[in-house]
Amino acid sequence: MRARATIVAALLVAAFAARAAEIPQAERRSGFSFMTSDTQSMQNEDTANPGMLWVLDGEALWNGKAGASGKACADCHGDARASMKGVAARYPAFDQALGRPVNLEQRIDLCRSQHQQATPLAYESRELLALTTFVAQQSRGLAIETGADPQLALFIDRGRALFMQRQGQFNLACANCHDDNWDKRLAGSAITQAHPTGYPEYRLEWQSLGSLQRRLRGCITGVRAQAYDYGAPELVELELYLMSRARGMPIETPAVRP
Amino acid sequence: MASALINVPKRAKAGEIIEIKTLMSHIMETGYRRTATGEVIPRDIITSFACRYNGVEIFRADLFPAIAANPFITFFTVATESGKFDFEWIGDEGFSETASASITVE
Repeated sequence: MRARATIVAALLVAAFAARAAEIPQAERRSGFSFMTSDTQSMQNEDTANPGMLWVLDGEALWNGKAGASGKACADCHGDARASMKGVAARYPAFDQALGRPVNLEQRIDLCRSQHQQATPLAYESRELLALTTFVAQQSRGLAIETGADPQLALFIDRGRALFMQRQGQFNLACANCHDDNWDKRLAGSAITQAHPTGYPEYRLEWQSLGSLQRRLRGCITGVRAQAYDYGAPELVELELYLMSRARGMPIETPAVRP
Repeated sequence: MASALINVPKRAKAGEIIEIKTLMSHIMETGYRRTATGEVIPRDIITSFACRYNGVEIFRADLFPAIAANPFITFFTVATESGKFDFEWIGDEGFSETASASITVE
């Protein structure tokens, strides 16, 4: 009897371990491949992709002077097409001064406060989204490299732990949907693999462009857990884990999603 | 920060049917939503769009609250002569934006 219980327990553990496995490299798919052809062509054509409106605004902000320094982003960084190429593919990245990873939005705000002596832009404000999208768009088509820095290992592990952690009234972990059930549907919508390849992205549901943290907060609220505040270290660690998990996949910013 | 994206072919043959695509940045707030405290969020939409080809109106549309944010309007016309397309969006709260694009007809 006891031996039987042990076997059952061992099988359960084995079954759980198998289910909680990460998605094999060869089976990774961008959210793009889950969309209808209409939404795909909306993303592919720059004059139909509403995310490009934020890119335009971002370019104007990049060239506009801000803060007490009277400097524009372009005064130090020059032409973003050259200087910002590949940058978003490495974020979130480790910040030596802070001793923790920062995402692209936080890097832009750090640059504003330290070098431009300007007030930081509010998270999810039109201006910060526009600048972030403009910078990230310069990496479109390049492979994600996030997480190569060994100093990030600890933070990636924390992000992974949060991804695997059951939470909220529904007692669901991110992995329960995005690792175990990505080939199924939830309320008619495709459950995707949670590869953040196109952020900031235009969501038809939002009728707007939004950051990865907005998406994460939406998901966390969806499992009826208390969402972390914008910019919280936990969200950055989760972002970092997801980006490192998508390593090698091409950046699509600004992506369009349903 | 209003901005528009226009897609007009740079060149076309005389008599060719061409597609014109426009995307305008706008929140298109319906006027039917309320804030958390119950106050109505006032309507703020684009109400009309027009396109002129060398001064002659060739396309006009009225827009309503059910139209999504950042309206994407496309239509076809016949390329008759080289010149300019002028686009105009008018809306609530004094919204008024223009854009233009040139075409060479061979």
